Order: sequence, then C-alpha cells, then structure tokens
Amino acid sequence: MKQTGTELVKRGMAEMQKGGVIMDVINAEQAKIAEAAGAVAIMALERVPSDIRKAGGVARMADPRIVEEVMGAVSIPVMAKARIGHIVEARVLEAMGVDYIDESEVLTPADEEYHLLKSDYTVPFVCGCRDLGEAARRIGEGASMLRTKGEPGTGNIVEAVRHIRKVNAQVRKVVGMTEDELMTEAKLLGAPFELLREIKRLGRLPVVNFAAGGVATPADAALMMELGADGVFVGSGIFKSDNPEKFARAIVEATTHYRDYKLIAEISKELGTPMKGIDIAQLHPNERMQERGW
Amino acid sequence: MKRMGVLALQGAVREHVQMLEQLDCEVVLVKQIADLNQLDGLILPGGESTTMRKLLDRYQLLEPIRTLAQQGLPMFGTCAGLILLAKELVDYEPHLAVMDVTVARNSYGRQVDSFEVQLDIPVIGQSIPAVFIRAPHITSVGENVNILAEHDGKIVLAQDGHFLGCSFHPELTADTRILEYFVTSIV
Repeated sequence: MKQTGTELVKRGMAEMQKGGVIMDVINAEQAKIAEAAGAVAIMALERVPSDIRKAGGVARMADPRIVEEVMGAVSIPVMAKARIGHIVEARVLEAMGVDYIDESEVLTPADEEYHLLKSDYTVPFVCGCRDLGEAARRIGEGASMLRTKGEPGTGNIVEAVRHIRKVNAQVRKVVGMTEDELMTEAKLLGAPFELLREIKRLGRLPVVNFAAGGVATPADAALMMELGADGVFVGSGIFKSDNPEKFARAIVEATTHYRDYKLIAEISKELGTPMKGIDIAQLHPNERMQERGW
Repeated sequence: MKRMGVLALQGAVREHVQMLEQLDCEVVLVKQIADLNQLDGLILPGGESTTMRKLLDRYQLLEPIRTLAQQGLPMFGTCAGLILLAKELVDYEPHLAVMDVTVARNSYGRQVDSFEVQLDIPVIGQSIPAVFIRAPHITSVGENVNILAEHDGKIVLAQDGHFLGCSFHPELTADTRILEYFVTSIV
C-alpha cells in the first residue's frame, strides 16, 4: 500500500539535499539564478533576514504569490518559512505544495510556548537548534531536518560555529555514554530519552543538520562543512553581494570541495564586497533571533 | 573484493557507501577524475540532478564517466542517478545519455506526494521497500531494455545491459536486495 508523509519519506527528502546549498530568494528571477548556480533547493521569502532586521516590526510568512511565483520558476525543491507555532501559516504552505517548511526564528514567533507538532503534517519541516536538547525536542515534535540557528542576517559566522560545535560535541558525548547514563542526560538536556538511545545506536543525529545563520563567504560555507554540517543555507549573503551569480556558484563549489583550499582561493577571488556584517556583541539581546524558540 | 565508486558530489552518498560496505565491497568516493581509476562499477546516487550536473561539468567529470559507460563499466543510478543515465529526458537536455530509456522528472508531483510502497520484482524478490521522493519515472525504453518493475502503470526499475536505473531510493531502506542484484549479477 502506498503511504505518503511517512518519517522515511520526509527525512529521506532532506538526505537528498546533503552536500548542497539552499539559497534564500525573494522572486522568480533570483530563484532561476540560484538554480543555475547549482542550489539543491531554495527558500522563498518576502525579505532576506538582513532586511527583516532593518525593517523591524512583525515578520510573517511570505505573501503566497511570491511563494507561488518561485515554485513556478524552478524544478528544484522550494522551501518557505512559517512562524514558530503558527499552525495556519504552516497548513497554508502545505496546501500550496511547498516541498519543505522552515519553522523559523527569523520570523516573529506566533507562540512563545509551543512549537508546531510537525509529525502531524505530510510536508516535512526543518527547524533551528543551538544545542542537542533543542535539536532533540524539535525531532521529537517531528522535524525531519535540522539547521544551526546561528545569527541570521548578520553575515557573522561565529554563532553558527558555536551551535554546530555544541551539538556535535553533545552527540559525541551521548554516543560515548553507557546506556544507564542516558536517562540523566535526557533530563539534563531536556531531550526525549528514546531519541538519545537512537543517537547512541546510530552514532549520529537521526536527521541531517545543515549550517545556517551567518554564512557570508565561500570560506564560511567550507568551514561549516569542515565542522560537520551536512550542507549549508545561505540567506542574505548571495543577493546582497555585488555579483550574485558568481557568488552563488562559489558557495556551491566551496561546499562540495570544502577541503580543496586552492580551489576555494580561486573561486573566492574578486567576489566583490561581502555583506558588511554585524558584531554579535553590538546586538541588543532583543535583536538576537536565536533566542526565539525553546 | 569488488571496487565500487559512488559519485560523491552531492546527495545520498553515505547511504550507498554503508550498503556497499555491508555487501563487502571496497568503496571509492568519486569527486574528481582520478577517483574513476580501476573501478568495477559506479553508483550514481539520489540527490538533485540539476546540482549534480553543474558540478559534473565544472570538474570535467561528464565526459570521462560517459566514456567509461560506453566502454562497459556497470552503472546503477537511483532517482537523480537514473536521470543522469537516461538517453533522453522529457522537457530537458539529457546528461550522460547512455542508458536507452526516456525519463520524466518529478513525475509524481511535489514533496507532499512523495511516498513509500512495497514492490514485487520478479528477478530480485518480493515485498521490496521502495521510497519515492519527488521521483522521476521511465516513460519508454529501447528494444534491448529489460523492464524489471512497474508501479501504478509507470516503469520504475529497468536494466539496459550493464546499466541499472530506478526511480526510487533503495539506499534509504535497510533492504540490500536491489544493490546486491547490481553488485553480483551486473558488476
């Protein structure tokens, strides 16, 4: 019997994205540039994170027309963002046939207590995480893919580095623990016990974990791959750069060949000025998107 | 011990590697031309075919792989890998264009329509789990091509001499029978 929306089908979709780059776009033209540069998927948005920062106010799901326009423009999968806990935005995106939903802290949360019960949906979800507890809670709710939160729209990789190192160190710790130590670890992390057992058995997270939130250069993308990310999301970096086509291609190549340093040198030449970037210490705690979600 | 390459530009590389190791093969990750030396077979994994094609071009891998295919190197393409092998694609330019089949991309709709099902494949076995993710299907085959499995009236697994191609992802399951068929009967 044919079954849709199973865990295998939803997680499998993310497995197919491994080693690839997912790019933020705001219209059909950018979507085509991203696809031509070799993106494995695109994220359809109304504004990229750095513009959301500048605009302030409440950031919501994109206008469905933009999402529709982008879906019609490319053959690669299209993702879109829903607010944390916003059941209806997520259902609307699912009904539109979006291939993946990002329950994202980049948008203003709709619920400050509860995330979506993602296992209820046929469409798969990706969620942000800063540590293994957060990662495990999202998987427990049914997320089929993870990404670091980083600090979106800053062009500063420091937070994404912190988050991927933290998650991976905690995974290594769980894998090295004895079975009888896992329940206490589950309590300390706020993580589902069964999931820690699964992580120990697999020797890794049961879903893919991409880097996101601050990737501004090809070297940043390669760094995140070196630190164990399964792939890379690039938000504001590409279409805020001087030459988006060249920049997008360079990010894709640096992600595939992240240890080929001569190649990275070659493709990093004359890319123009990258995003100016923001020092995280200059951000007021209220402005830190990574603090959203729990 | 058979020496199997897995095209490792992007996609479900790890899954194929683990399965090949279970089948006692030596595995080579193919990222550049030098990795193609002395292979007994090559796996083209699932992933995004448009991305893989861009990377094949950029690292000049397309021609060397096509030449090896024409010289008789056994190749198995799953999902995006089938798209890479196909001689013709509906609405798109073909890539390696070596396997005598015509393939349509995204034949089952978008991700919400992706599914899993059990297939009975006469030459391989019964109740084989098959995961279809934004999957392509084979719309027609050349005269020497063997149709090994169909689902809902669509061809989803076929063999053209030393080429094997399927719409779905055997590598996402724990069932090794299809890969085993490739490694023991074709390679």
